[in-house]
Amino acid sequence: MTDEANLGVDIGGTFTDVVLEFGNTLFSAKVLTTYAAPEDAILDGLAQVCAKAGLAPDRLTRIIHGTTLATNALIERRGAKTAFITTQGFRDVIEMRTESRFEQYDLNLQLPLPLIARNHRHTVRERVDAGGNVLIALDRAEVEALAQTLTGYDSIAVGLLHSYLNPAHERTIRDVLAERLPGVSVSLSSDVSPQMREYERFNTTCANAYVKPMMESYLGRLADRLAGAGADCPIFLMHSGGGIISLESAAEFPVRLVESGPAGGAIFAADIARRHRLDKVLSFDMGGTTAKICLIRDGAPKTARVFEVARSYRFKKGSGMPISIPVIDMVEIGAGGGSLAHVDALNQIRIGPESAGSEPGPACYMRGGTRPAVTDADLVLGRLDPANFAGGSIPLDPALSGKAIETHLGDKLGMDALTAAFGLSEVVDENMANAARVHAVENGEDLADYTMIAFGGAAPLHAGRLCEKLGIDRLLVPPGAGVGSAIGFLRAPYSFEATRSVYMRLDAFDPRSVKALFAELRDEAEGFVRSCDADATVLADYKVYMRYVGQGWEIPVTLSEAEAKDPAAAAFLARFEEAYTSLFGRTVAGLSVEITVWAVNATTPVEDPVPVAEAASTTDAPEDSHRQMFSAADDALTRAGVVQRNRIGDGVRIAGPAILTEDETTIILPRGFTATGRADGVIDIRRQA
Amino acid sequence: MSSVAKQIMWNRLISIVEEQAQALVRTAFSTSVREAGDLSAGVYDDMGRMLAQAVTGTPGHVNAMADAVAHFIREIGVATMAEGDVYITNDPWMGTGHLHDITVVSPAFHQGRHVGFFGCTAHVVDVGGRGFGADGNSIYEEGVQIPIMRFADRGEVDRTLVKMLRVNTREPDQLIGDIYALAACNEIGQRRLTAMLAEYGDADLAGIAIFILDNSRRATLERIAALPRETASAKMTIDGYSAPVDLCVTLDIKSDHIACDFAGTSGLDPKGINVPMVYTKAYACYALKCAIAPDIPNNAASLEPFRITAPEGSIVNARRPAPVALRHVIGHLIPDTVYGALDQILPDTVPAEGAGALCNFQLSLRPTRQGGRRAEVLTFNSGGSGARPTLDGLNATAFPSGVMTMPVEATEHAGPVIIWRKELRPDSGGAGRHRGGLGQYMEVGAREGHEFDFSAMFDRVNHPARGRNGGQAGGATEVALDDGTSLPGKGRSHVPEGAKVMLAFPGGGGYGDPALRDRAEVVRDLRLGYLSEAVARQVYGLSDAEVAAARQP
Repeated sequence: MTDEANLGVDIGGTFTDVVLEFGNTLFSAKVLTTYAAPEDAILDGLAQVCAKAGLAPDRLTRIIHGTTLATNALIERRGAKTAFITTQGFRDVIEMRTESRFEQYDLNLQLPLPLIARNHRHTVRERVDAGGNVLIALDRAEVEALAQTLTGYDSIAVGLLHSYLNPAHERTIRDVLAERLPGVSVSLSSDVSPQMREYERFNTTCANAYVKPMMESYLGRLADRLAGAGADCPIFLMHSGGGIISLESAAEFPVRLVESGPAGGAIFAADIARRHRLDKVLSFDMGGTTAKICLIRDGAPKTARVFEVARSYRFKKGSGMPISIPVIDMVEIGAGGGSLAHVDALNQIRIGPESAGSEPGPACYMRGGTRPAVTDADLVLGRLDPANFAGGSIPLDPALSGKAIETHLGDKLGMDALTAAFGLSEVVDENMANAARVHAVENGEDLADYTMIAFGGAAPLHAGRLCEKLGIDRLLVPPGAGVGSAIGFLRAPYSFEATRSVYMRLDAFDPRSVKALFAELRDEAEGFVRSCDADATVLADYKVYMRYVGQGWEIPVTLSEAEAKDPAAAAFLARFEEAYTSLFGRTVAGLSVEITVWAVNATTPVEDPVPVAEAASTTDAPEDSHRQMFSAADDALTRAGVVQRNRIGDGVRIAGPAILTEDETTIILPRGFTATGRADGVIDIRRQA
Repeated sequence: MSSVAKQIMWNRLISIVEEQAQALVRTAFSTSVREAGDLSAGVYDDMGRMLAQAVTGTPGHVNAMADAVAHFIREIGVATMAEGDVYITNDPWMGTGHLHDITVVSPAFHQGRHVGFFGCTAHVVDVGGRGFGADGNSIYEEGVQIPIMRFADRGEVDRTLVKMLRVNTREPDQLIGDIYALAACNEIGQRRLTAMLAEYGDADLAGIAIFILDNSRRATLERIAALPRETASAKMTIDGYSAPVDLCVTLDIKSDHIACDFAGTSGLDPKGINVPMVYTKAYACYALKCAIAPDIPNNAASLEPFRITAPEGSIVNARRPAPVALRHVIGHLIPDTVYGALDQILPDTVPAEGAGALCNFQLSLRPTRQGGRRAEVLTFNSGGSGARPTLDGLNATAFPSGVMTMPVEATEHAGPVIIWRKELRPDSGGAGRHRGGLGQYMEVGAREGHEFDFSAMFDRVNHPARGRNGGQAGGATEVALDDGTSLPGKGRSHVPEGAKVMLAFPGGGGYGDPALRDRAEVVRDLRLGYLSEAVARQVYGLSDAEVAAARQP
C-alpha cells in the first residue's frame, strides 16, 4: 500500500528519533529529547519529517512509539507514590532480594534501595500453597480496613504468594481497592507477570505500579497533542518483546515498554535479515555508552522471560532489579565510543562502563576531556577522519587523543601511543566478543555460521574486527544506522505474549487441560492484538519451558501449532530433548521431565519482504583518497583506501583494508574482507575465501 | 606473543571460567547449585597451577579449588591421562572441605597434547550417611566417600561407580544429574580453550600462564609491601556444638607475605563442625583479599603470599576421620576473627562482626499417613552483616559467603513444606554510629499430613556479633517451636505434625558510638520499622519530636 504513511518515534536518553515512511521513502529527524514534556520533541520531529515529505500530519496512517521514559523513571526513581500489599510474613521480599552480594570482594558494597520503601509495604493475612490451594482465606474486612489507611497513594501494587496459580485473593483486593479508593491505579502480580519466584514477580509488579500513573498521563497527553497537530491516527506502542500493542494496553502494563528502544533495534536488524534471506544473524548495536548484542533466528529475535533493569554497579548482573516480562533477549555491556579506558593494578587495560558522554566527551572532542575513550583510540588508529566526524560538525584533535592514550595507558605499560591505542581497541572488542560468545553458548548456538548486522554510530568501526574474533564471515551494514530503532518500530508486528506458570510432569500429562490452557492463553494474547487491529490475521507461537524434574532452570521449547492443538507427551518430550541437546550437548537418561511455564505469543504476520537481488555484475569502486590506518592482521599501520559510502552503489565493490565514510558513521573494512554495495543501500562485507 | 595478545588471552580465560560456571547453574539439579549458586569453576595449567577462577557465591572454594588439581595429578598420574577422561572426588581434604561438595576435574588437550585442566565443584543435596547435618561422629557417618578416581575413562562413564552412588544416597537422580552437569561444564571450558589456542596459534598455556602469574604476584606483593609491618592477634568465642569454641588468630605482615596463624584455637569438636585446613585457608585468605587486594583475580600466584597455618588437631585444621559436614558454620566465622586482628593494623577498613555463618537448615519431611511424600529440603538464609566504617551493615545479606537464598515459592515446590514467614527482624542490627545489618525471621512448618526432622546449622545463639569501636552487638540467634520450646542451634530436632519452627536469625554488630549516629538516619530507621520506638528512644535517645517526625510518611 503505497499511500500508507507510518511514523516511528523513538525517545532515547539524548535524542528523539522520528522516522516517516511514505511510499517507499524514509524521512528522518533527530531532535534533542525534551525531558520535562517529551511530547514536545515528538511534535518537533513530526513537523520536520512531514515538511521533508511534503505531507500533512492528518495523512498519517499510524504512529508507532517506543520510549525509555519508563526505564528512566525506574533508574532515576521518579515514579508515582506507590504502596505494595503482600502476604503477611513477606513484607520484605523486594528488599531482601536474593540475600547475596553481586560483588564478592567489595567490603563497602551498597545494595540498590527497593523501589517501594518498607513503610509503604503492607501485609494482609492470607495464604495459598504451592498447589494453588487456600490455606488461609483472605478476610475482605481486613482489606477494607487497610484500604482506609492507604489514602495518599497514586498507585498500589498487589503481590501475594503463589498468586500465579490462584489469583482469587489478589482479585478480591483489587475489587476492594476499586470500591474504597476509586481513581487509584492498581497492578496485580497475577496480571502483570503470572510466573513463579516471588522476588521477580513482586518486583515486576511494583515497577509496573510505579510507572503506571506517569505513563498513563504521558500517553494521554501525547495522544491529545498529536491530535491537536492534526495527527489523529491510531497510536501504538512498541513493547520489550519486539511487537506493538495498543495505547490502552501500554497504559495498563507500562512495564512492558521498558526495553522498547533496543527491541526496535533488534526488529530493524531482523527485517534486514529477512530481506537478505539470512536465517542466523547476530545484531550488533554500539552507541556512545553501551553495546547491545542479540541473536536473530529465522528472521525473529530470540526472546527471554526475565531481564534486569537499572543496574547500579558497572552493568554487573544482580545489581539492578529483575523484571519478568517477555523481552527480546539482549546482552548489554558498557562498551561504546565514549567508554573510558584505564590501566588497573595488574597492568591490564580496562574499559568502561564509565563513559565520557557528550560532555566533556572523548579527549579528541576538545571539550576538556583528558582520559582516553574508545573514540580516541579509533582516531589514533586512523579509523576516523578528524575533519569529517559526524559530517564535519564535530572537529576532532588527534593530538589530544594521542596525549590521553600516552598519559593514561602507554606510559604505564611501556607502549607507544599507537600500540596502546590498539590495545585499548582490542580490549573493547574482546569484551564485546566475550559477551557475544557467552550469549551464543547460553542459547546453544555456534556463531561460526552467523552473519553480523551492525548499526549504531560506533558499531561499523568495530564490527569487522569483531567478526574476525568471532569467526564470522559476513557482515551487513544497513543504511539509516543512526535511527535503526525508529525504523524497526515500523517493521514490528502487532503482538502480545501471554504466559502462565502451571506445573505438569510429562508422566502425568493431561492433553485436555493442556489444550484448554493453550486456548485460554491464545484468547488472552489474541485479545490484545485484536485491540490493535480487529480484522487482522493473527498467528500464534506456542512455547513451553521445560526441565528435568529437580532442575531449577527451564529451557524454552517451541511447539508447532499442530503440537499445541493436539498435545501429546511424546511430542513434547521429543522437542525438549532436541532443545536440551542443542544447549548442553546431551540428554540425561532415565529422568522425568516437567513443564513449568506456558506461553502463547499472538502476532500479526510479518510481511515477507522482497528479497534483495544480487547485482548482475560488479565494478570496483574508485578510491576518493587514502590514509594510514592500523591493521590488526598486519599488526602495523597500512595504506587504506577511503571511499564515500554513497558511491558504493549496487554491485560496486572495494577490498580491505579500506574506510567507507558517511555522516552517521564510518565503516572499517579489515584486510581480507571485501565490501559490495547492494540495491537496498546495505554494505555487504564478506571474508575473502 | 605480543603484550596486547596476552592481555586479551587473560581476559578470555576469565570469560571461559565464568561461562563454565554459568553452564553448571543451568544444568544442575540440586537447589544449592541452581538457585543458590554454591559452586565454582577454574582453569589450570599442565602443572595444576590455577590460572583463573569464576567469581561465584563461595569464597570457601577459592583456595580449595586452587589446591585440588595438584591432588588429582598426584593420585591419577599425568602419564595415564587421556582425552575424554573425567576425574572425581568428594574427599574433604583434597576437595573443598566436606563430602557434599563434589569436585570434578578434566584434563584439557590441544592438538593431542595435554595442556592443562578444568575443574569445578558443586554442593549436592545428599551423599547418604546421616544426611546433611552436624550429628556425625566421624567422616564415615557423613556419607559415601569418593576417593580421587576416574568418573569417565576416555569418555566411558564408570557404571559401577554410578550404581554404588545411586544405592548409597537419598536423591540419586539429583546426585548423578549434578555429576553429569559438572562434567559437561568442564567440556564447555575445553571447547573454548581449544578455540582460543587455535586463534592465537599457541601450542599450550605456558606463555600465558607466566604472564598471568607474574602480573598477579607482582600486584599482590605491591599491596602487601604498602602495609605497615606489624603483628596483631585477636580472639572470638562462638557457640560451637558440644562446647563453646575459641577462634584465635595472629597476623604478621612481612615484606613479601602475610602470615596468618590460628594457634590457640580450640581443639576438635566431637560433632561435624570441624574444618579441614583447606577450608580455613580459603576463608582466611578471602577475608584478607577483600581488605587488601579485592581487585586482583584469584589464581595460584595471587593467593600464594597469603600463608595460612593452624595447629594440627585444632578445630580449624581437622584431620581424617573427624566429622566435617558443617565445616561452613565455623569456617564462615573465620573472616570476623581475622578482621579482629586486621583492624588493629589497618584501622577504619574492616567491618564489625556480622552474622557470619549462613543460617541454613535442612528438613527431612515424611508423611504421617498415606498420600504424602518424603523429601529433603535444604534452604540457605542470611542474617545481617556487620556495620562498616562509613556505612550501615547489609540487611539479611550473606557475608562472607555469597550464595543466594532460594525463592520461597521454589522451596515449597521442592517438598511438602510451608514457609510461613521470611522477613526482616527489627532491632536486630547492632546499634552504632553505623548500624549493623538486620537479621531475619522465619517460620517453617510442614504441609498437612507431614512431620519433619529439623537439622539446625546456626551459630551466634550465645555469642552474638560484637560491635566495633563502641558499636553494640547485633541480635542473637533464636530457635524455638511455636509452643515456646527452645531448640538447639545445631543438630536434629523432631517437629511433630502441625507444629512450626520459629527462627530469628542474627543481626550484624554496630560500628562506632550510637550517640554519634546521624539523627536523620535514626528517624529513617524508625520510619522504616528497622527500629522499634523503644530502642530508638533508649539507645539512640530520640526525642518525642523526632519520634513524631518518623510517623510522617
